[in-house]
Amino acid sequence: MSGAPVLEVQDLHVWFDLGQGRELHPVQGAGITLDRGERMGLVGESGCGKTTVSLALMGLLPPNASVAGRVLLDGEDILAGGEETLRPHRWNDIAMVFQGAMNAFNPVKRIGDQICEAMELHAVARGRAAETRCGELLELVGIRAERARRFPHEFSGGMRQRAAIAMALACNPRVLLADEPTTALDVMVQAQILQLLQQISDDLGLAIVLITHDLPIVAQTCQTASVMYAGRIVEVGPTVALHDAPRHPYTRMLFAATPDLAGTAGVVSIPGAPPRLDRELAGCPFAPRCDSTFATCTERLPRLLPVGDDHLAACHLAAGHLAGRPA
Amino acid sequence: MSDAPLLEVRDLQVHYPLPRGLAGTLARREERVVRAVDGISLTVAAGELVALVGESGCGKTTTAQAVMRMLVPQAGSVEIDGRDIAPLSERALRPVRREAQIVFQDPYESLDPRYRVRDTVVEPLVIHRIGSREDRTERVREALERAGLSPAELYLDRFPHELSGGQRQRVAIAASLVLEPKLLVADEPVSMLDVSVRAGILDLLDGLRRGGLGILMITHDLSTATQYADRIMVMYLGRIVEEGPAREVVGNPRHPYTQALISVVPRRDPHDRRQPQILQGETPNPVDIPAGCRFHPRCPIGDDGCRAVDPHLEPTQGHRAACIKL
Repeated sequence: MSGAPVLEVQDLHVWFDLGQGRELHPVQGAGITLDRGERMGLVGESGCGKTTVSLALMGLLPPNASVAGRVLLDGEDILAGGEETLRPHRWNDIAMVFQGAMNAFNPVKRIGDQICEAMELHAVARGRAAETRCGELLELVGIRAERARRFPHEFSGGMRQRAAIAMALACNPRVLLADEPTTALDVMVQAQILQLLQQISDDLGLAIVLITHDLPIVAQTCQTASVMYAGRIVEVGPTVALHDAPRHPYTRMLFAATPDLAGTAGVVSIPGAPPRLDRELAGCPFAPRCDSTFATCTERLPRLLPVGDDHLAACHLAAGHLAGRPA
Repeated sequence: MSDAPLLEVRDLQVHYPLPRGLAGTLARREERVVRAVDGISLTVAAGELVALVGESGCGKTTTAQAVMRMLVPQAGSVEIDGRDIAPLSERALRPVRREAQIVFQDPYESLDPRYRVRDTVVEPLVIHRIGSREDRTERVREALERAGLSPAELYLDRFPHELSGGQRQRVAIAASLVLEPKLLVADEPVSMLDVSVRAGILDLLDGLRRGGLGILMITHDLSTATQYADRIMVMYLGRIVEEGPAREVVGNPRHPYTQALISVVPRRDPHDRRQPQILQGETPNPVDIPAGCRFHPRCPIGDDGCRAVDPHLEPTQGHRAACIKL
């Protein structure tokens, strides 16, 4: 991991105007640093804001949303000028495989035509050149090029997901956001798709943000992981460090709540539910569900601070541990 | 009947006819059937949690539906507490239905949004004409508290939209428990829920099992099955291909399909990265089940012998598997 990060998200906020003076604040200062070719898992429960973050990076939030923060793509702030500065980068530099993308193909158009259309829209290639490139893309994701003439219903779920990935790669992006790319698939097909994502990220130097609620998937495919809770990143670091020595109780409890084939220890659920995000929170948002709170937790919001090599956590406890350690 | 298992399924077959269309009917084309469940046997004892595991389309949900007599099987028997329910009429079935209840996958779909919690949970009592009004209220309260919604007063008058996913699933479980069944069929009971609350629902089922309830859990998730089930049955294309104590089957899988399935389950531990053994191709269509061993076209060790023999479950190292190579 050398050189400057390919993607740097700083203090990202998203608000949704719900009308009648009500507001939702689903992303509350999230940060992400992604190196070239890095695979990072973005993990959290439903409603934690992980999909909203990715839609903000793509500039695809609904009109009632407002966004603040910096999104640096190879150092250039693509959020600064709104749609104007973002448009040239969408799909060309930063692309996304949406949740359920495999079911979003137009059923009455051939797969190949749909991929070519995307390339023509973005002026990547047209006509014969687009067809050639489409064939290459399909081969890249493990589909024989001549299958471009097939219709979506002639593909299995796994093949449609491969085609959706091929389509996202059409403009040669540097960053791919993959939102729950295997959620509706069987484990055997899931393994194939995860293998494919690892292979294209290794071969093309593509950086991938893998958005999922499933920790084992991240453990098996990503070098780093960011754990999101109530619109904030609460812990980030090498996947191995998060597993071996989690510094935020939420990360530890999330691992403990996940069943495992080798698991001899029982599985423990996390009590309570995530907080509502339509009002300001005092203190640590996880405090009501946490098993290790003390007075400070309900008073002050913990900041994301270093707790180890490339390892940060937003927990008063973790920060305290480090402060107590001899330098 | 003390020694007989609570649920005993023998040689169950469920076939769905495929529509031939007008042209097909006129041409008297042969009628084709989907062999969704193609001869399976299983038992669940009181106080036992059995997991039926497999990929989509393997027939696990159809099995659950046949056990609940939500559909009529073509062949085989389904005995609940020693009584075969397969040939019974709807009327004769009614008392048996009290013995076996089902919890569905999606608590967002399975609860009527216009019903308060008390109405949802009392409905089975009304249908089965059980108890007086006061008696019913007491039973509803008990069922909710057994399902972990305590104190019940807090939940009785709520609507589903006022509850979290986990709470909704607990209401659905309470509505099954209110009839005091002996057998519970749970079809993917946690797959729609957030990871953080899954363990709570599974612990609830585990507690009910300890209390003597027999549970047949349908799941695609081997990790969950390993951690909660006493026994695991692995299904492939309408058949059970391997069966035994959960730790046995997962720790020492004998059937090549089970071995492949276990190898692709992602582990929680990032140090434990092993090469997944990915099977070629897709599961064949259950209309055209391969001759011989139905797994042979995808099997890494299949040969001519496998094409000829349709294997049965045979004992192997502490459990049973259906493979002639063992």
